[in-house]
Amino acid sequence: MDRLDMRAISKEFGGIAALRGAGFSARAGEVHALMGENGAGKSTLMKILAGAYDHQGGEIRIDGAPVAIHSPQDAIGKGISVIYQEFSLARHLSVAENILIKQLGRRVLVDRKAMRARAAELLAGMGFADIDPDQVVGGLPVAYQQVVEICKALSRDCSILVLDEPTAVLTTHEAEKLFTLVRKLRERGVCIIYISHRLDEIFALCDRVTVLKDGATVGTWDTAALDHDRLTSLMIGRDLSDFFPPRQAEIGPVALEVRGLSAPQVHDVSFTVRKGEVLGIGGLVGSGRTEALRALFGADPRSAGEVLLHGRAIRIRNPGDAVRAGIGLLPEDRKQQGVLLNLPILTNAMLTAVNANLGPLGLLRPRAERAAAQALREELQLKAASLEAEVGTLSGGNQQKVALMKWLVSGSDVLLLDEPTRGVDVGAKVEIYRVINELAAKGAAVVVVSSEMIELIGLCDRVLVMRAGRVAGELLGPGLTEERIIELAMGRAHVH
Amino acid sequence: MSTETARPGALALLVKYNIYLMLAVLIIASAALSEHFLTLQNLYNLLRQLAPLALVSVGMLLVVLTGGIDLSVGSVAAIGGMSVAMAMPALPFDGGFALLICVAGAVAFGAALGAVNGLLVAGFGMASFVATLAMMTMARGLAYMLSNGQPVRFPRELPTAQILTTFGSKGLPGLGTPWPVVAALVIVALFIFLLRRTSWGRLTVATGSNETAVRLAGLPGGRYKFLAYAICGGLSALAGIFVTARTAVGTPVTGVGLELDAIAACVIGGALLSGGKGTVVNTMIGVLILGLIGNIMNLMSVPAYPQQIIKGLIIIFAVLLQGVGARANRRV
Repeated sequence: MDRLDMRAISKEFGGIAALRGAGFSARAGEVHALMGENGAGKSTLMKILAGAYDHQGGEIRIDGAPVAIHSPQDAIGKGISVIYQEFSLARHLSVAENILIKQLGRRVLVDRKAMRARAAELLAGMGFADIDPDQVVGGLPVAYQQVVEICKALSRDCSILVLDEPTAVLTTHEAEKLFTLVRKLRERGVCIIYISHRLDEIFALCDRVTVLKDGATVGTWDTAALDHDRLTSLMIGRDLSDFFPPRQAEIGPVALEVRGLSAPQVHDVSFTVRKGEVLGIGGLVGSGRTEALRALFGADPRSAGEVLLHGRAIRIRNPGDAVRAGIGLLPEDRKQQGVLLNLPILTNAMLTAVNANLGPLGLLRPRAERAAAQALREELQLKAASLEAEVGTLSGGNQQKVALMKWLVSGSDVLLLDEPTRGVDVGAKVEIYRVINELAAKGAAVVVVSSEMIELIGLCDRVLVMRAGRVAGELLGPGLTEERIIELAMGRAHVH
Repeated sequence: MSTETARPGALALLVKYNIYLMLAVLIIASAALSEHFLTLQNLYNLLRQLAPLALVSVGMLLVVLTGGIDLSVGSVAAIGGMSVAMAMPALPFDGGFALLICVAGAVAFGAALGAVNGLLVAGFGMASFVATLAMMTMARGLAYMLSNGQPVRFPRELPTAQILTTFGSKGLPGLGTPWPVVAALVIVALFIFLLRRTSWGRLTVATGSNETAVRLAGLPGGRYKFLAYAICGGLSALAGIFVTARTAVGTPVTGVGLELDAIAACVIGGALLSGGKGTVVNTMIGVLILGLIGNIMNLMSVPAYPQQIIKGLIIIFAVLLQGVGARANRRV
């Protein structure tokens, strides 16, 4: 019998159907992938399962019996745990307190020793014995925060575990550990719903796949019966070869040269990027990629290093200096650093231009702004109801496009893009690749930090691999392969 | 199974326009309950009393937009009102120019106190609640020290003082609209314009929405925070001067609790205390709602203590209504 059966679920938001009779069933001891583009309804379906939303039609059955889930408490009580991309952790509490937070609320007095021991046991059981239960969660790397989140679910004896893009923030090595854990949970008979945009993971990990499109179920298949191309075309109705359209960019003279950049977690990093070139930076999370970009951009202090722009040395003491010199940074954390979530698209897009292009008396020029934003909206194929729409209401891919807009408006010709496609669906990824290609074709020098191999290889002309804050090597042409990137990133000859 | 259905009709409209509705209901109720309410005399009196709160609320809104709060506005208002009362007789010359100097000086003093708040918050990263709480205490202490706790009276026959008290008690020739109301309207209109049409306004709101993103766009987010506190201080001092103009005396107890009314006006007007959301127009509606509640109960001779309870309930009701819209589709 199926552990979980969601049947003909419907949900409307303000008259717009997010789900129209979607459903699927998953067994105990199965890893079941839920696939589809953003907006296909995966997240809505899972939020209904988690009790965050009510549904308007259909029913949910667990072990064959219809259940009513009207609140997150209902869901947790029925053994359902959902790990979202945005974690629900108390940042100022310790790892142990977070994992056992439910028990914390139930007792008057806290037995710290027992809590610590129980948390350590759960962490060790997952192969993450190196996480200290007393560590404050806010100080942990994002990857470890996720581990804490999963342990929290395990402490509640969940029988249905939903993982929403769990590897988006993990390195290859950490992801392997997660997969081992997921397989362990499967053996214990947990029913695991797995959402990811990374096809490799689906084929490596999942037993069956359900594909959603436009709020309805396309179908469910055994993973073994599918391949990459078939699955992709089921999701988007497009060929994989369209992913990385060839770029006709003429590579010109050196635009940006960085010499001996040092900062906390960055040691003596040097590189150059040419006009029209896309330089990739690979490496594990924590290898200093983000830190190097931030130090270069003036967002963090640096201890040494020289920056030359078009052959001339420039001083960058803060982001303002960098922006005036024509450098733009797309930060890794889109929601916290990239966009103004509760403000309109227009405000976001015009952020860098707000002090330029002022009219008489130094006033804003709404009509000119609107026209500029509208042109960008069409150029980037932004899907939004209007320029007044709050950015927080957009999908991840469209939010990222909005974050990019301000650098197109400012006319920056050196772009530092930190994980530009993180948490973005397949269709939007392709569009972001297209934009990057076009920028390079127009003569911009682009630096892309990415944890996705296929992105580094398909998108970049040249790839720099970082390890422990240093440049471990540079790859290009036929030498640019997944194996070589991993070797350099891990610092050993053989992996797997 | 579903318990909620999407109903974009009456409820949504009620939520969207709740403060306008509440204002209309209060006006109708006031008119029905007391025949004195709709007299021009009563309305002008009401608005004259609300003018200082309107100014302070504009300042408070600026700070709230950046994600902060300013508890020192009442104390700074007291200092503003007293400095003018003390400076007028002290100046060696009289007349309109003398008054202008007194007012400008007092506003600058208030702005300087606000700038200290701004420096502590934007420069040293102090929580605005703490920094302005300290300023609230210090400025109140200073206000008492200026006159040993006594009200500062000034000679009525002084030409400078006559201009000020005329401003406080008289109105537009013909219409009779009180001068403080006219002045407050001009200042409110100015800030509506500045917030909508200048890069300063745009970036003040943007900083409140996400300061990190603003700084990573190469913009000095801290500067906009600093300015918000300084302007709030200046407006608070001006509000105190309005009080002195109306009462013809500068008292150190002016503006006790004013910060709470100003915050309430912002919140009733839908401003988010976390920053990035709120408008001057809606905040002014919040001011009117607060003023009407007081007025209606005075007209009905409700004693002062129950008035406070009713005021609190209405604030809760207004904010609950706003929350209905946000929560309709979200439970976590």
